[in-house]
Amino acid sequence: MVPLFYYLVLSAILFGCGIAGFLMKRNIITIFMCIELMLNGVNLAFVAFAAHWQQLSGQVFVFFVMVVAAAEAAVGLAIIISVFRTRETLNVDRVNLLKL
Amino acid sequence: MPTGNLSLGWFVVVSVIKVLIAVPILLGIVAYTVWLERKLVGHIQNRWGPSRVGPFGLLQPIADGLKFIFKEDLTPPYVNKPLYLLAPILSLTLALTSIAVIPVGGWITIRGARIPLQITDVNVSLLIILGITSMGVYGIALAGWSSNSKYSLLGSLRASAQMVSYEVALGLSLIGVLILSGTFSLRGIVERQLGGIWHWNIFGGGFQFVAFFIYLCAAFAETNRVPFDLPEAETELVAGYHTEYSSMKFAMFFMAEYANMVTVACLASILFLGGWQGPVFGPPVLQALLPVFWFFLRVLFFLFLYIWIRGTLPRFRYDQLMAFSWRFLLPLAIANVIITSLVVALRS
Amino acid sequence: MLHLTLFSLFGLICVAGAINLLAQRHPINSALSLIVVMGSLAAEYMLLGAEFVAVVQVIIYAGAIMVLFVFVIMLLNAGEEERSPGSRIALLLGVPGLLVLMGTVAWVLIRQNLGLVSAGALPGTPPAIGRLLFRDFLLPFEITSVLILIAIMGAVVLARKEH
Repeated sequence: MVPLFYYLVLSAILFGCGIAGFLMKRNIITIFMCIELMLNGVNLAFVAFAAHWQQLSGQVFVFFVMVVAAAEAAVGLAIIISVFRTRETLNVDRVNLLKL
Repeated sequence: MPTGNLSLGWFVVVSVIKVLIAVPILLGIVAYTVWLERKLVGHIQNRWGPSRVGPFGLLQPIADGLKFIFKEDLTPPYVNKPLYLLAPILSLTLALTSIAVIPVGGWITIRGARIPLQITDVNVSLLIILGITSMGVYGIALAGWSSNSKYSLLGSLRASAQMVSYEVALGLSLIGVLILSGTFSLRGIVERQLGGIWHWNIFGGGFQFVAFFIYLCAAFAETNRVPFDLPEAETELVAGYHTEYSSMKFAMFFMAEYANMVTVACLASILFLGGWQGPVFGPPVLQALLPVFWFFLRVLFFLFLYIWIRGTLPRFRYDQLMAFSWRFLLPLAIANVIITSLVVALRS
Repeated sequence: MLHLTLFSLFGLICVAGAINLLAQRHPINSALSLIVVMGSLAAEYMLLGAEFVAVVQVIIYAGAIMVLFVFVIMLLNAGEEERSPGSRIALLLGVPGLLVLMGTVAWVLIRQNLGLVSAGALPGTPPAIGRLLFRDFLLPFEITSVLILIAIMGAVVLARKEH
């Protein structure tokens, strides 16, 4: 028997690390991974609340979040590859002008 | 209650004992599959195979093991050391973990406690094996990348792309069986096929012979075996992703490949050939052990099939391999799912 | 007791993986830490009884999406991250700011008296989830399948070489 609060704190920690990495890191791929970390934190909150309110739709929603994360990862990484091909760098600070 | 009629403490003890029995047996089967392969491929090629070390060369795996232990364990200086060491450990660990959910027989009763002949039965055991298979890509990808060499990187990229593509066909081919069985639990899938040879999923139970063919092709590609072994063929890319590995680490990749073969053979016999069914007679001890023997016979049949195909077929070119998965197996698997679900829906 | 022990163990592995993701300079090490986070989250889901979601997390998130990430990192091979002045400021301001934010969230949550959750609280078996997915949530299900189709087409078009 674990208090629900513990699960939510774990979810908040993961989400917080995701935000911290998103703001702190300079490599595009690492920033993208921090977005995935945030999504995972949110998934944990969904499942914890589903168990608390005994509603299975929480777990179904996690399924949808995963699917959307997969679609977003595919397109996002394709965009990153295109950016790398034209600018030869993955550093966000250097991808700050529309002009090459 | 998944622990049967055991208390939690006894369940843990019994599970640990099952693990301690299952893992050495699995490693022994892996070692002797290598012997079987060398003998059979030798006979296909009209030569003897190992025949000098012990009768029929039966001590050859032991000699090989000693050789691997005593070989010089060379770590090239230009590799990424943590990932270089992690990759074979990851491959072998994942390959050995799938035995945890594979049932090899019915139940045995020891002092009033009914113990399943399976380390653990979960509701989602088939999905767990699929999950372990999809994690297996990392061992190969990290091995190739950390080796810091062109051959390794190309070999590992090809192998990973091949494994990821065939995973889709593998998963879809299993859906027909799942629709018929209604459960992901491997024990439940076998128990649905009880009643004789006509009830097996490949024959009258579900007519899943197309799914069987797709599963075999996809599993051969997942385990990187001929005719899909381009990523590790010696004549192609030196040795693919394990070019820079020597002695024990190479042995771990080797063992992981054969352990994956054994897992595929176990899964194929559970899903399509009725698991552990066969004539059962005699005293209770024999009644508990005979199903294990029939299961082992099916696994042996699939290993023999693997080795037979290895000795006979040439290998696919890489673009042929990928086209085969995406343009042939995938539409066929989807058609199988549609037809199976139509039949099941119309029947009920 | 066992539930608390297992939760703490996997929770610690999660947090360690998340912090390692931030601390590592090379993206491949961050990717591997993220895989560790996802694996331990799958164990946490199992503890809450969501077995289907846990296995799907391993198969899709750790076994497919992260493979995509690892592929891209291996192929692009852009090397380690540099420390620029902007990132140092973000580190100095961001980490304490984040701690304050999360502390506020935790303080609000703990005052709610939310109650206990038992191990295996809501068994998310595949039949139950399937029933929900194909009856109540059929429209979102179909829309996500169209979304995946769009993503596939988009990725193929974007990653193609210009001639």
